[in-house]
Amino acid sequence: MAAPKKGRSASAQGKPGRSLALILIAIVALTGGMFLSGHTTPRLGIDLAGGTSITLKAKSEPGQESAINKTNMDTAVEIMERRVNGLGVSEAEVQTQGDRNIIVNIPKGTNSKQAREQVGTTAKLYFRPVLATEVSGAAASASPEPSASSSASKESDGEEATDKDEATPSDESASGTPSASATSQGRAVTDALAADSTPSASASAPASAGDDAATGADSKLQAQYAALDCTKPSVRATADDGAKPGDSSLACGQNSQGQWQKYLLGPAAVDGTDVDKAQAVYDTQSGAGWKVTMDFTSGGAKKFGDITGELAQKQSPQNQFAIVLDGDVVSDPYVRQALTGGTAEISGSFDQTEAQELSNMLSYGALPLSFEEQSVTTVTAALGGEQLHAGLIAGAIGLALVVIYLVVYYRGLSLIAIASLLVSAVLTYVIMALLGPAIGFALNLPAVCGAIVAIGITADSFIVFFERIRDEVREGRTLRPAVARAWPRARRTILVSDFVSFLAAAVLFIVTVGKVQGFAFTLGLTTLLDVVVVFFFTKPLMTILARRKFFASGHSWSGLDPKRLGAKPPLRRSRRVSAPVDPKEA
Amino acid sequence: MSKLGDLGARLYRGEVGYDFVGKRKIWYGLSILITITAIVGLAVRGLNMGIEFQGGAVFTTPKTSVSVAQAEEYAEEASGHDAIVQELGTGGLRIQISGVDTAKSDEIKDALSKDLKVDSEKINADLVGPSWGEQIANKAWQGLGIFMVLVVIYLAIAFEWRMAVAALVALIHDITITVGIYALVGFEVTPGTVIGLLTILGYSLYDTVVVFDSLKEQTKDLTKQSRWTYSDVANRSINSTLVRSINTTVVALLPVAGLLFIGGGVLGAGMLNDISLSLFVGLAAGAYSSIFIATPLVADLKEREPAMRNLKRRVLAKRAAAASQGESPETASADEPYDQEPEDATPAVVGPRDQRSQPAARNRGRGRPSGKRR
Repeated sequence: MAAPKKGRSASAQGKPGRSLALILIAIVALTGGMFLSGHTTPRLGIDLAGGTSITLKAKSEPGQESAINKTNMDTAVEIMERRVNGLGVSEAEVQTQGDRNIIVNIPKGTNSKQAREQVGTTAKLYFRPVLATEVSGAAASASPEPSASSSASKESDGEEATDKDEATPSDESASGTPSASATSQGRAVTDALAADSTPSASASAPASAGDDAATGADSKLQAQYAALDCTKPSVRATADDGAKPGDSSLACGQNSQGQWQKYLLGPAAVDGTDVDKAQAVYDTQSGAGWKVTMDFTSGGAKKFGDITGELAQKQSPQNQFAIVLDGDVVSDPYVRQALTGGTAEISGSFDQTEAQELSNMLSYGALPLSFEEQSVTTVTAALGGEQLHAGLIAGAIGLALVVIYLVVYYRGLSLIAIASLLVSAVLTYVIMALLGPAIGFALNLPAVCGAIVAIGITADSFIVFFERIRDEVREGRTLRPAVARAWPRARRTILVSDFVSFLAAAVLFIVTVGKVQGFAFTLGLTTLLDVVVVFFFTKPLMTILARRKFFASGHSWSGLDPKRLGAKPPLRRSRRVSAPVDPKEA
Repeated sequence: MSKLGDLGARLYRGEVGYDFVGKRKIWYGLSILITITAIVGLAVRGLNMGIEFQGGAVFTTPKTSVSVAQAEEYAEEASGHDAIVQELGTGGLRIQISGVDTAKSDEIKDALSKDLKVDSEKINADLVGPSWGEQIANKAWQGLGIFMVLVVIYLAIAFEWRMAVAALVALIHDITITVGIYALVGFEVTPGTVIGLLTILGYSLYDTVVVFDSLKEQTKDLTKQSRWTYSDVANRSINSTLVRSINTTVVALLPVAGLLFIGGGVLGAGMLNDISLSLFVGLAAGAYSSIFIATPLVADLKEREPAMRNLKRRVLAKRAAAASQGESPETASADEPYDQEPEDATPAVVGPRDQRSQPAARNRGRGRPSGKRR
């Protein structure tokens, strides 16, 4: 049976051995990778494995007690949810507790330190005009230790008004050239304060105390500025406490030499809510490394254009503005012209992670409140261990029934079906295990159930294929041509229907957030694997087995016995012999 | 081969078959009945939203000797709602109960302190907000909306708009029934339920598309012959994919049935019940609607098309003519190929029999058709 018609069917069927080898190599490689990486089990969600629970309490700030209300708390929950669960696959949960607490639950095995930083960072961003700035404290030396607000401090370590540090409009990048601003020292001649100060312009370093004394309403702030010592972490942490966006404020930041610089800043001109979206990009042109580009909303773009236009008229350092993130000056570019392009960028010596974290926070918005960590504790699985156990037993019994059904119905063919299901299961498991460390993927109970339903969809592909083959055999074909002819039709059905599933997965993944997104991910993954397994495993295996005598001769246990299938005699149809009925062209 | 296997062969040969399209009114009626029941159930009983959606109360206890499972029982007894119990690192318990207000929370606290044998002063009660916030829900709706539009466009291009409409009707049918049953049974709606519903949405469409694919293939070049109406061919198409539909449904339902009846029923795993029930009902509804609702609906819509109406007229005229010649129209049409593809290109395809009026046995052994080929 294998011999005749060799030329045609061999070319039509490609090289089944090669596909099989390919997928087996892929399985071995992935499994090897899994064992090498040491993550041999998928990460489980809170409901199955428990995890860490962080309780955060909203800090009431003087004069803003009413800020802790339901709306702000809900906004904070949403933002935190997106920060810890940006891809939707990490199964982190965020909810309010009581009036002023937020609980963040993170599944076991997550980097809880990183998560704590992510949820705790306020990410309040302001663009403030610089009124005065100078290097603070003699001991300013490079000590890039973190300040209070953890992740913001990272961003602050490399900033300064160097030449890479300009705000550049998207369309006109040649806005500025380096000037002396990098080492500019404070002189507080400010419109905002309406107070002329005598520029004492000390051109170099540690001129800490009071060289700029402005008179007038804000003399108190001036005095504080004079006394500010940014080298002390405790001072830095509180430098801008109580500052409202509409007031002048003090802030600290680190310059490119690693020195702490103190700032006296005007009222916020633009704030983080004016940022439409932010992105971490690698600056290949100037080789300046990672930076964060921001697109403003239309309102933000106008405000930004106004302030830069105003600043461009002024003398250093008042032609600078400071980008203040959670009270730290991240960057203090100077302005040479009004920037109306609606974009700005923050550069500095970010590494990739820092740039991405910052852009995430800017995109997802600032927390409307600041929070302090109240407690961190472990929690056990929300579903008791016995539930998982019961589920696994039940699932195993169900699977055994599936196998029995397939064997009874498809006999020999069921070997192919079961082998394909196994391959599919192994691939799913290994990929899920690998995705745990890679993108924080965690498996929860609904996802496990979804995977069980995926058995049906995967098996359907084989069933469609098998039924096509059997129909061809019923037409009186021998097995090899039957397989060759059945495949293109089965393939179309499989692709069309899997495309619908994949479309659902893709749309939901792009549009939604949280657990729905996680579900979409799992659905997309299983659908893709279904196609891969059918194309690279089931079909080649079927082609190869069709050459075996057991199947090709239609052994009664092969599931392809022409007699049992009610096949017509080999000589195509002959109305006299067969019942005058009509094979369905299924 | 099993009986089902014989059935497969007989279905294939057209010896048996069910007139899905002809009897569609019965199934439409049944579906409308079930759907109305579901909607009434939904309207009357409403959905019992879980703590993840509506928030509730959380009780934090000091270290206690009571096990998590026991505490869960106590909490459910005291509140009448589902409870989520977790053990904290301190050895205490965190008990979350949905649908509880402040007054009720004090009651539960007292009950808990008795059951758990801890001082009620030491139990910390607080209200918690939903972890599945409005934003997640809104985005999910938005995503669904976009998906529906895209899938209708896709089906309209890959198949045709009538099939897109029918697939959508079948989808809504499945989801309504599943949600309705949820309301009737009174299970709490958890994120797992929603995920289950989305899974069904995917499966229902998938299954419908597989059936439509066969329908599309068989109705190709339909107007070139005058032996079969669209409905006849649609019916044949369903019957020919019936074995596949049954097998797929069995394979998909068995593991879920295992979860529902063994895991949930016998072993008593609470949350598994929630998910597997929605999956079980939804999968069954999805398989049912592809065959009994979606395809007949396409046939209904198609028969209104002028070309198909003409075809039907021609077919009926031809059958009438055949009948007047003393041949039963069914037999006359029994084994004629309706498509003109050469025999070596397609499996020897012969036309579908008219299942409506032609019991399988009668056709046996009847010879060649007389006259009138096409």
